[in-house]
Amino acid sequence: MKRAPRASGVVEAAGARGAPGLLEIRDLRVTYGSGASAVPAVRGVDLAVGPGQKLGIAGESGCGKSTLALALLRLLPSSARLSGEILLDGEDVLTMKWGRLRAVRWAGASIVFQGAMHSLNAVHRIGDQIAEPVLLHRRATPAAGRARAAELLEQVGLPAARADAYPHELSGGQRQRVMIAMALACDPRLIVADEPTTALDVMIQAQILRLIERLVAEQDIGLLMISHDLAVLADTCDRLAVMYAGRIVEEGPARAVYDAAEHPYGRALSAAFPRIGDPASRRAPRGLPGDPPDPAALPSGCTFHPRCPVALDVCEREDQPLREAGPGRSAACVRVGAAVPAGEQPR
Amino acid sequence: MSTASTPGAVRDAAGGPVKTGPSRSADRADPGPGTRTAYPLYVAGRLGGAAVSLLAVLVTSFFLFRIIPGDPVSTMTHGAPTSAAQLAALRKQFGLDLPLWQQFTDYCAKALTGDLGTSYQFHAPVGELIMTKLPATLLLTGVAVVIYSALGLWLGTRSAWRNGGLGDRLNTGVALTLWSVPSFWLGLLLIIVFSVGIGPVPGLFPTGGMESGDTTGFARILDVAHHLVLPVLTLVAVGYAQTLLVMRSSLLDEMGGDYLTTARAKGLRDASVRRRHAVPNALLPTVTMVFINLGHVAGGSILVETVFSWPGLGGLFYQGLSVPDLPLVQGLFLVFAGAMIVMNLLADLLYPLLDPRVGR
Repeated sequence: MKRAPRASGVVEAAGARGAPGLLEIRDLRVTYGSGASAVPAVRGVDLAVGPGQKLGIAGESGCGKSTLALALLRLLPSSARLSGEILLDGEDVLTMKWGRLRAVRWAGASIVFQGAMHSLNAVHRIGDQIAEPVLLHRRATPAAGRARAAELLEQVGLPAARADAYPHELSGGQRQRVMIAMALACDPRLIVADEPTTALDVMIQAQILRLIERLVAEQDIGLLMISHDLAVLADTCDRLAVMYAGRIVEEGPARAVYDAAEHPYGRALSAAFPRIGDPASRRAPRGLPGDPPDPAALPSGCTFHPRCPVALDVCEREDQPLREAGPGRSAACVRVGAAVPAGEQPR
Repeated sequence: MSTASTPGAVRDAAGGPVKTGPSRSADRADPGPGTRTAYPLYVAGRLGGAAVSLLAVLVTSFFLFRIIPGDPVSTMTHGAPTSAAQLAALRKQFGLDLPLWQQFTDYCAKALTGDLGTSYQFHAPVGELIMTKLPATLLLTGVAVVIYSALGLWLGTRSAWRNGGLGDRLNTGVALTLWSVPSFWLGLLLIIVFSVGIGPVPGLFPTGGMESGDTTGFARILDVAHHLVLPVLTLVAVGYAQTLLVMRSSLLDEMGGDYLTTARAKGLRDASVRRRHAVPNALLPTVTMVFINLGHVAGGSILVETVFSWPGLGGLFYQGLSVPDLPLVQGLFLVFAGAMIVMNLLADLLYPLLDPRVGR
C-alpha cells in the first residue's frame, strides 16, 4: 500500500494545542489477515488527545472507528496486524510487553463499551464487576473494592445498593451508567467511549452524555468518543474527526465541522441528522447514495469518489491527503484550500 | 468492525445438544415483575413432570420385560423332572397364572407402596437384593462419573480456548475415538493387557471382583481401590468425551462475547478471563450434562460390571435377564430410570440458582 503523505495541517494543529498529548496516534494502520487476503481496516490515522480534551470520531459502520478504539489497548483478535505508534503518555502501546500492557489497560486508559446488552458479564453482580479492576490494579482488599464500587455507583447516579444487582435487572440506561462507573474505577487519564449511547432512547442518551461530560470535566480526563451520530459528538466534544474507509477525512473544532464540513462526506454525514429549528435541513435530501466501500476492495484514488456529489476526474486517479482547511482544520478533499487543478472538469 | 458482533443469538442456541435447562433466551430480556415469585411455581412444575416420568417408567418396566422370550418357570426348573401340576403350582405361586391386566394392577399397587415383589430365583425381596448390591455400583460408577465429568470439563475448556490448534484437534480426536469404542471390548482389552499381562508386562491389576477378601481396615480400602482401577478406567475412557464436547461447544459460543473483551480491557490475564468470566457462563448449559452423567450412577455400568465381575447392580440385572426373573429386572429398571429422573430434576432445580437471568 502506498503510504499517504502526512498532512502538515494535523501536525501543526496538534502542536498548536501545546501540552504533550495524553494520547498521540501516529500513522496507525490495522490490517486483518495477511498476504493476498489482507483487509485494511485502518489506513494511516494521526490523532491527538490532551488531558481534559474531548475528541469525537464519526463515521458509518465499517469505517474502522471501532477497530481504532480496540487497537488503542491492543484488544483486537490475533489476526489483526498493527503498525504505527500509539503513544499513551509518551509510551508506545504497540511495543509494550504483555505485563506492562495489562498494567496500562484500564488503569491508564479504560473503555466505555456499548454496554446496553452484552458488555457486562451476565452471571456476576455489577458491584463485583466494577470492583474487579480495582482489586486487580490497586491490589485493594475486597472491602475496599466494595466501598469503591459503591462510591462509583453514586457518582454515576445509581444507588450504591444496586451493586448487588445482576446486569439483566437493570435498564439499558442503568447498564450504561454501570459501564461508565466501571471505566472510572482506576482513575484513568483517558477514556475511550465506543458508541456509548447507541441503543438508548433519546432522553436517556442526553442524560448519559451529560454524565460523561461532567465526569470528564471534573477529573480532567481525556475523552475519545466514537459514534456514528455526528450530532451526539458535536454536542459533547471539542474536536471532531470524520473517518471514511479507514482514514480521517476531516478534522477540526466540533461546531465548525458539524455546521460547515469541508469534506463532502462530512457534509453528507451532518446532513443525515436533521437540526431543530432549521427547516432547510429537513427538506434537503439527507441520504448518501451508494454503500460504504468494502475494505477488501477499496476504490482507486480518493476512496469516497464513487459516492461524491462533487468529484472531479482527478479524484478517481489520485489519493487525496489531508490538507489544511482553515485554523485548526483539515480535510482530505481536492476542493479544499488549493484551487481546482487546471483542466479538471466536474464529472 | 463496529459493534456488529451479536453473540447473544449464538449463545442462546447453546443450550446444549443433549437437553436444555429452562430456556435462557426467554429470560434474557428484562424480566417482568413476576419472575421473582416464579421459582416455587417452576419447582412445582418440574416435580409434576418428574412424577409423570416415574409413572411412565413403572408402566414401561412391566410390559418391556414381558416381551423377553423365555418362560421363567421352565428356566428355573430346567434339568429337574417336573410334572405339569408342579409347573402350574409354581405359576400360581408367582401369580403368573392370572390374566395380564390383573398382574399389572397387582404390580402397580405393590410398587406404589414400595414393595417391588419377590425374586423368582433368589427367593428374596427385590428391594433387599437391590440394597445389598447398590453400594458396590455406586462406588464404581460414582468414582467414574466424578472423574470423567471433571476430566471432560477440564479438557473441553482447554480445547475450546485453543480452538483449532493441534491440542484441540488431538483432544477431540482421541475423545471421539474412545467414545466410539464398546465398553465391554475396551474392558476385555484392559484385562488382557494389565491383568493377564503381555510378554514382559506382568499382570498389574486384578481381573475382576471388588476385593480379595483377606484384608481389613486401611489395607482393605487400598485393595478395593486396586480393584477399582481398571473398571473405572474403562468407564472414564468411554464416557468423558460427551462432557468434553458439550463444554467445548458451549465455551466456543461464549468466546465471541463482548463481556470477554471488557474483561481483557480491564487488564486481566488470559487465564483469569477464562476462569472468572468465560467458564462460569459456559458452565450453565454443561451443568445439565453433568447431572445426566450422575444419573448413570445406578445403571450406567451393566456391561462393565459384567466384564469385571463387579458385585453390583449390573451383574444382578444380567442374572435377572437370563431367567427372566421378572420382579427383579422390573425393580432394577425402576431404580436405573428413577436415578436418571431424580438427577434430571435436580439439574432443573439447580439451573435457575446458577443463572441469575432465570427467575427464582
